[in-house]
Amino acid sequence: MKAPPFEYARATSLAEACELLRRYGDEAKLIAGGQSLVPMMAMRLLRPAWLIDINEIAALKFVAVESEVVRTGACARQAVLERDATIGVRMPLLKQALAWVGHVQTRNRGTAGGSLAHADPSAELPLVAQVLGAGMLLRSAKGARKIAAEEFFTGPMSTAMAPDECLEEVHWPLWQERRTGSEFTELSARHGDFAMVSAAAQIALDSEGRCVRAALGLGGVGITPLAFPGLTARLVGTRLGENDFEQLAREAAAQCDPGSDLHASAAYRRHVAGVLAARALRAAHGRAESVQ
Amino acid sequence: MTYLYIGKKRRTKEDPRFVMGRGRYVADVALPGMKHVALVASPHPSARIASIRTEAALAHAGVHCVLTGEEFCANTDSLQIGVDAPEVTRWALAHGVVRYAGEWVAAVVADTRALAEDAAELVEVEYDPLPYVIDPEASLEPGAVLVHPAHGSNVLYHRKFVWGPVEEAFEKAEHRIAFRAVWGRNATVPIETFGVAAQWDAGTQMLDIWASIQMPKFPDQTARALRLPGNAVRVHYDVDVGGSYGVKRGIKHTVLVGYLAKRLGMPVRLIEDRLENMRGGDMHGPDRFFDMQVAFDGDGTIRGLKIRAVDDVGAYAGRSPLQLAKPVTAICGPYRIPAVEYEPTSVMTNKTPQEAVRGFGQSPTNFAMERAIDRVARHLGMDRIALRTKNLIRKDEFPYTIPSGSTYDSGDYHAVVDKALAAIDYPALVRERDAARRAGGLAGIGISTCLEPSGGNSAFEVLFNPKNETTTWMDSCLVRVDLSGAVTGVMNTSSSGQGHETLVATVVGEVLERDPAAIRVVRADSLTALPSNSPVGSRMAIMLGGAAAGAAKKIKAALLAIAAHNFECSVEDLEYANGDVSLKGAPEKKLSWGQLVTIAHRNIHKMPPGMEPGLQEKFVWDVPTGGDLPTPEGRIQIYPCYAFEAHVVYVEIDRDTGKPSIRRYVCGHDCGVMINPDIVHGMTYGGIAHGIGAALYEKFAYSEDGQLESGTFMDYLIPSAFEVPELKIVDHCTPSPLTTFGQKGSGEAGYLGAPAAIANAVNDALEPLGVSIDRLPMSHAAIWERIATAHDTGSPTNEAGKR
Amino acid sequence: MTETLNAITVEVNGVPRTARVPARLSLVDWLRDELRLTGTHVGCEHGVCGACSILLDGEPIRSCLLYAVQADGHRVTTVEGLAQPDGSLSVLQDSFCEAHGLQCGYCTSGLLIAAQALLDANPHPSDAQIREAIGGNLCRCTGYQQVVEAIRLAAERGAGKITP
Repeated sequence: MKAPPFEYARATSLAEACELLRRYGDEAKLIAGGQSLVPMMAMRLLRPAWLIDINEIAALKFVAVESEVVRTGACARQAVLERDATIGVRMPLLKQALAWVGHVQTRNRGTAGGSLAHADPSAELPLVAQVLGAGMLLRSAKGARKIAAEEFFTGPMSTAMAPDECLEEVHWPLWQERRTGSEFTELSARHGDFAMVSAAAQIALDSEGRCVRAALGLGGVGITPLAFPGLTARLVGTRLGENDFEQLAREAAAQCDPGSDLHASAAYRRHVAGVLAARALRAAHGRAESVQ
Repeated sequence: MTYLYIGKKRRTKEDPRFVMGRGRYVADVALPGMKHVALVASPHPSARIASIRTEAALAHAGVHCVLTGEEFCANTDSLQIGVDAPEVTRWALAHGVVRYAGEWVAAVVADTRALAEDAAELVEVEYDPLPYVIDPEASLEPGAVLVHPAHGSNVLYHRKFVWGPVEEAFEKAEHRIAFRAVWGRNATVPIETFGVAAQWDAGTQMLDIWASIQMPKFPDQTARALRLPGNAVRVHYDVDVGGSYGVKRGIKHTVLVGYLAKRLGMPVRLIEDRLENMRGGDMHGPDRFFDMQVAFDGDGTIRGLKIRAVDDVGAYAGRSPLQLAKPVTAICGPYRIPAVEYEPTSVMTNKTPQEAVRGFGQSPTNFAMERAIDRVARHLGMDRIALRTKNLIRKDEFPYTIPSGSTYDSGDYHAVVDKALAAIDYPALVRERDAARRAGGLAGIGISTCLEPSGGNSAFEVLFNPKNETTTWMDSCLVRVDLSGAVTGVMNTSSSGQGHETLVATVVGEVLERDPAAIRVVRADSLTALPSNSPVGSRMAIMLGGAAAGAAKKIKAALLAIAAHNFECSVEDLEYANGDVSLKGAPEKKLSWGQLVTIAHRNIHKMPPGMEPGLQEKFVWDVPTGGDLPTPEGRIQIYPCYAFEAHVVYVEIDRDTGKPSIRRYVCGHDCGVMINPDIVHGMTYGGIAHGIGAALYEKFAYSEDGQLESGTFMDYLIPSAFEVPELKIVDHCTPSPLTTFGQKGSGEAGYLGAPAAIANAVNDALEPLGVSIDRLPMSHAAIWERIATAHDTGSPTNEAGKR
Repeated sequence: MTETLNAITVEVNGVPRTARVPARLSLVDWLRDELRLTGTHVGCEHGVCGACSILLDGEPIRSCLLYAVQADGHRVTTVEGLAQPDGSLSVLQDSFCEAHGLQCGYCTSGLLIAAQALLDANPHPSDAQIREAIGGNLCRCTGYQQVVEAIRLAAERGAGKITP
């Protein structure tokens, strides 16, 4: 399990990374944490001629909690985000999700940006990005553009990024409502494995306990992580109860199109999607309610 | 009996080098100029090899050789097989046809492993796909595709044994049940893959081999396959093996690498990568279903048993069919069952071959048996523990001969069960389960009571193969005391974590009353070694321990003889203490250890006439009991000693997803006298974890098109510290009357009862729903499907409180 | 075809080591095969088993998922670097011996690395935190029981104290 030969370039700036991408185009792959890329190369499923290392670009490692958004550099390590106290308070969904991502050793090296760019439909961070409607700032030698998560994820391991583009920043929107609660849960064969199904929910309540905002997402049950803005919009203005969670979860699960594999059939995945969706909504709602 | 060192909490001899990172595994063996092997594997489960073009690979940088089956099979002999099936030939490289996806077709040797992999991609193999068979039942059908047409059948072994009045028992019994239990294909999957390095010396005409090996008669089989005299192959046993638990056989790898090293005149090494290991390493374990029938009376008395076991060994056979044979030595488990019918069938399919796995077929059998016991209890509405208590052999019945001919040495099964139940606070556990059920949860308690046959003679070989008359399964030890008085034990096999150096040092220290910490234990190579049958069949505490004790006793006897000669007295007049010998009643008349050693090495004038100078003794002994060939009806004493384990486990299941969580785990264990309790406990904990994997997670799954679907560590699910809960072991000690210190074997402990107990716990949790599951592994999805079935059909109401 | 060699300097167990490596050489292969630091083991080469865990700039990572060239300019600690300066066993290593937290020793280096990183960050972990920290290290021998006991013992003995 040795990778095929390739050439290595260590980019010292984003501009240099973009220039290398421009030069080598789809002959090149960017490597961030490498926690998915390196195994795929070891199994010779991927054979880039060039590997452009962006791990040494200090400008890609920042975490900035601003008033309306958490901005993270594409190369911010998962463990750094997980340990960030402000993220834990202001964006608990991200912290909750990170606890499910791999293991200590992989989170120390793995990056949030890398996980998004890899776009595994059962991975945790793409689901959070999809649910929150994160924005991706993409950079190429030609300039920058920002696209929303729903356009970013285009299929299994595929994104809207052009071969010469590099993910520069992720903008995770902060909900301003004081009474916001969130939950991330998943079912995997073993802890730390890719999820058979994952669910993320975030709910904001007004002081009367009426829903002012809600988001729900499911991972592992479609070609991309799925969000259900159409369904959750219905909750706004209502007081949520057990029936709402069940009903919404059922409808969300019905909209999923999961595949079958060794560990779970499509029918099982769809069923579990409904179960986890309801659990996530229930727990997120409970957390929002507990904020006085 | 009190001991100085045996049974005491003592540090092992091996641990320090490992925690320093100074173990020496085969991948750490770097020979000057060593070349590396990568393999070309078949993508097809069955195909004719139309052509192999090697030019491009050979032209690749750093490549020395591309070997195919045509040359290899012409110059080496087929590997040995455990049953009488001479047409089922097997080489490391396919020749003419491939019989499973992943089978090695060519071997590339290059300067580095990376270059070898590059070149392996350039080997062009043209295949004509052939029909194949993946399902063992389909493989048994008339007209099935034949995996080895020359053999004429896919059946490697089949026989129906009848021990005792089985039909009569079934006719007279008040009740009968029948069901099928299915054991999924899994294996021990050590974290170190198999590896072997070989070097041929043209000057001495000697092949040196370093391998991560755990295999009886490995040097002999290697030499035979390579058509070399036995003394031209030297296997170095001082290689640390990174886990084995049965599977590190690697004979095909070794013959291949040995051939390459000799042919190229260069040291050659093959370290399987994980993909090769999972698909082509030939280390899958039993893949078996049992059609079980039990005849019993209303009071719970079990009268008879019929077991039909079909085991899918994959595309080739080494010793794998014999994994159906070992369970004959404990075919009725720890129970008093007077009549047993056993119909084993070993069948081939186009899958990766099977290899020996921890317990050698015993754990699947225990699983089927313990499911049967629980099903009988459920059928009768009887308490599962009461049913077991009723049928367990009582301690006053030992030695106890079972219908298939083996005699169990000793035990106190009821005491162990009681201890395990007390340790888990069983009444409280029942309340906890019932409370969980009342709260709407699915919760279950599982119990298994089963045996670990130990002491490993492999008398099942002669049972399954009338042409094989091997009845000798000795092990040996050499103990020497050097001029300085330091003691060295020499053992004759490699180890894979079982702590054999600690075992030898402890036993020798015990006998000689010398501190084991100061005793060094080294390993001979296969040409300097005394006979050994390697650490299989839970045999080393018994066999190596017995041999080391035997050699040490001879040393002690020599010391006493020297003292007696010098004091002009008889040995009976002497007292031995800590290596010093004094005259009874006259402690001032003493020869110290140092003085005695000096006499032995330097003062022949003070030695008894005719006594061999120096202080070195070997002891070779055969397995206690056994040594006979089977009777015509297939009765034979196989293993000598029988350890017992009683597992109690509490499981909760997420009703909505089927996900099980093990909340509590206690194992009561009696393996007689423990030489080093930490080592015994460690292996038992590990065995339980491995059993958790077999019960819930691990499976070599095949697609209908014959491809292994779980060939990576992402899909083959070894339990982590998240899945394995806190484990508790309660010890009990019933000494074996057959062994030096009363010890029994323990290397397979935990694994032999854990899958059964967990299956019983999951079924207890499902019982209120009126559904059951008898197929391992019980994945989340599989459990949920059973729950969903109950919901679909309308389940009976929750009947809490019944156990 | 000859592969480009990349010059690297990596501080390994406190000693700067320089080499010229092909890009595809993994850090673990470089440590093992070229530096002959064979205490770090290879189990799966795809980032699951944790046997190859090392500390990179003090944090545990999988060395099979890093190319050696990527470690240029960084600090690596392997199991060989855990012992005390005089070569005697560290508190953690000694605790593994005391609790017999290992058998075949193959996964042990990775477990020691994971455990030392845990104790450095959290000198008094709960059992759950210990299991979380070693959850990415597969062991086939121990069932983790005596490993957890060894780490607990090490914590009690102050293995997490930053010693000068």
